Amino acid sequence: MKLREIAHSRTGDKGNTSNISVIAYEAKHYPLLLRAVTSERVKAHFAGVVEGDVVRYELPNISALNFVMTGTLGGGVTRSLALDAHGKSLSSALLDLEIEASLDP
Amino acid sequence: MRTIRIGSGAGYSGDRIEPAVELAEKGDIQYLVFECLGERTVALAQQARMKNPELGYDPLLEERLRAVLPICAAKGIKIVTNMGAANPEGAAKKAAEIARSLGFSSLKIAAIVGDDVLDACKEDDFPIMEFDGSIRQLGNRLLSANAYLRAEPMTDALRGGADIVITGRASDPALFLAPMIHAFGWSMDDWNLLGQGTVAGHLLECAGQITGGYFADPGCKDIPDLARLGFPIGEVGEDGSLIVTKVAGSGGAVTAQTCKEQLLYEVHDPTQYLQPDVVADFSQVRVEEIGPDRVRVSGGRGSKRTGTLKVSVGYLDGFIGEGQISYAGPGALARAKLALEIVRQRLNLTGVATSELRFDLIGVDSLHGARVSAHTAEPYEVRVRVAGRTENLREAGRIGNEVETLYTNGPAAGGGAWKSARDVVAVASVLLPRELASPQVRFFGSVA
Repeated sequence: MKLREIAHSRTGDKGNTSNISVIAYEAKHYPLLLRAVTSERVKAHFAGVVEGDVVRYELPNISALNFVMTGTLGGGVTRSLALDAHGKSLSSALLDLEIEASLDP
Repeated sequence: MRTIRIGSGAGYSGDRIEPAVELAEKGDIQYLVFECLGERTVALAQQARMKNPELGYDPLLEERLRAVLPICAAKGIKIVTNMGAANPEGAAKKAAEIARSLGFSSLKIAAIVGDDVLDACKEDDFPIMEFDGSIRQLGNRLLSANAYLRAEPMTDALRGGADIVITGRASDPALFLAPMIHAFGWSMDDWNLLGQGTVAGHLLECAGQITGGYFADPGCKDIPDLARLGFPIGEVGEDGSLIVTKVAGSGGAVTAQTCKEQLLYEVHDPTQYLQPDVVADFSQVRVEEIGPDRVRVSGGRGSKRTGTLKVSVGYLDGFIGEGQISYAGPGALARAKLALEIVRQRLNLTGVATSELRFDLIGVDSLHGARVSAHTAEPYEVRVRVAGRTENLREAGRIGNEVETLYTNGPAAGGGAWKSARDVVAVASVLLPRELASPQVRFFGSVA
C-alpha cells in the first residue's frame, strides 16, 4: 500500500533544508511508520532531489516522524532556480512511498 | 484561572484580509497579531527604503489597519505586528496618521527599533551558517542584516500602554509570546512556560495553515469552505494551557491533524527549537480534540536561551532569467523535449554566460526531477521551462529570449510563451552575540 493510506504529511523550508512530517492517522500505525519509513528509504525515494543527509526525528506522543533533508532546495529558497523553490510539493511525493503491509504485524 | 484569546490575522504579507476582520468582530479576542515578514521580505523592504526613506514597511499596512482598526479601537483589542519591516518608525507614524483619519485621537502606537544590526555585523566578521563564507566576503553585495528580536521589547511596549505594537524583524512566535508574558506576568526565565508559549505562537503564526489551509486533499483529507477559511484563535491560560479554535461558522476546520501538521512545520530537531526567548522542546507535546474546532495542545517545554541571536542577512546574488512555452495533444512530450534540446544548444551556440541552468517539463518532472517522476504517463499538455543564473540582467534576458524564439524556430504548435529576467535578493544567516543588538521602544500618539 501507499504511505498516503495511513499517514498525512506537510513540508516546511528553511534555507536549503526541507523538513517533511509524516503523521499516522491512527496511533496503531505508528510502529509501522517506524519500521517502514526510515531515513535511508526517504533518501532513496528522493533520489535526484536530496543532495545532503536525511535525519529522522521521532515524536511518539503524536504518532509522527519528522524528516530533515539538507541540500534539497536548489541552494536555498531565496536563490533557487526551481519552480517550487520552497519544496512545498515534496510531501505529496513522499506519500507515494510504497509500504510493505507485511511489516504490519 | 485567567485566560486570554489571541487571534492570528495574517500568515504572510499578502494574506487575505477579511478573516482578520472576522476575528476582530466575532472572535472575542483581546489581541490580534499580524505576522507578515518573510525571510527575504525585510531585505526587499530595505531596498524600498533606500529609494524612499518614508517607506520600507509592509505595503499592505494601510489596507489592513483601515480594515481592522475601527473594530479593534472600539473593543480595546491590541494589535501586534511585524509590518514595520525595514522601517518600524515609519510604519508607526503611518499608523498614527491612519488612526487620526479614522477619528481615533487617543491611540498609542509603539515602534520597536534595533533589529537592524547591519553596522554591528560590518564592524566584525561573522561566518555564514548556510555556506562557506562570511559577512565580509559578501562585500558590497550585502544589503541588510536584521536580528530576530525576542518578546521583551514588545512586552515593554504593551506595559507602556501601546494599543498597536509595530516591530521589524522579531521571532514570529515572540509576536504571540509578548501578549502572554504581558497579560500573565510570566518571568523571562520560566523556561517551561516560555517553551509552551512558543508552541502556541508557532502554531498560530501561519494563520490559516492550522485551520485547514495547506491541508486539504479531496477524498483523503477534506476541509469545508476554504474560500471563507477562518483564521485561528489561541485561548491561552496563565499556566500556559492552550486551546486552538476559530470563529464559529467560519470556513475550515481545527482538528488534531491540522494541529499536528503545523506543529512540525519548519521544525528541525523538535527537542531544540531555537528561539531568542527560549530553546523550546516540542517533542513531548500532546494534541487532543476536546470539541468541534477545539483542540487542546499541551506539553511544550523549554530550556535556557542561547547567547546568540539569529540574524537574517540579505544580499544581492546575481540574476535569474527564465522562459516558458507550452505544447499539447499527440506528441506533446516529444515536442517539449525537442524544444528543451533546441534551447540547450542555442544557449551554448550563442554563448549565454550562466553559472547554473535548469530544464523542466512542467506537468512531467518540474517539481521532483526526472528520477522521482519517472513512472508517470504521458500528459495531454506539457509546459517547457528553462531557468538560469547569470551575472547580469542582459545575460538573464537572453535565456527567456531563446525560449520565446521557439515560436517561429522551434517545434510545431508551441503556445503561450512567457519570459522574465530579475535580480536575486538572497538571504543567509549568521549568529550575533546577543548583547550587540539593543532594541528600543518608541511611542507615537494619534493625537493631532
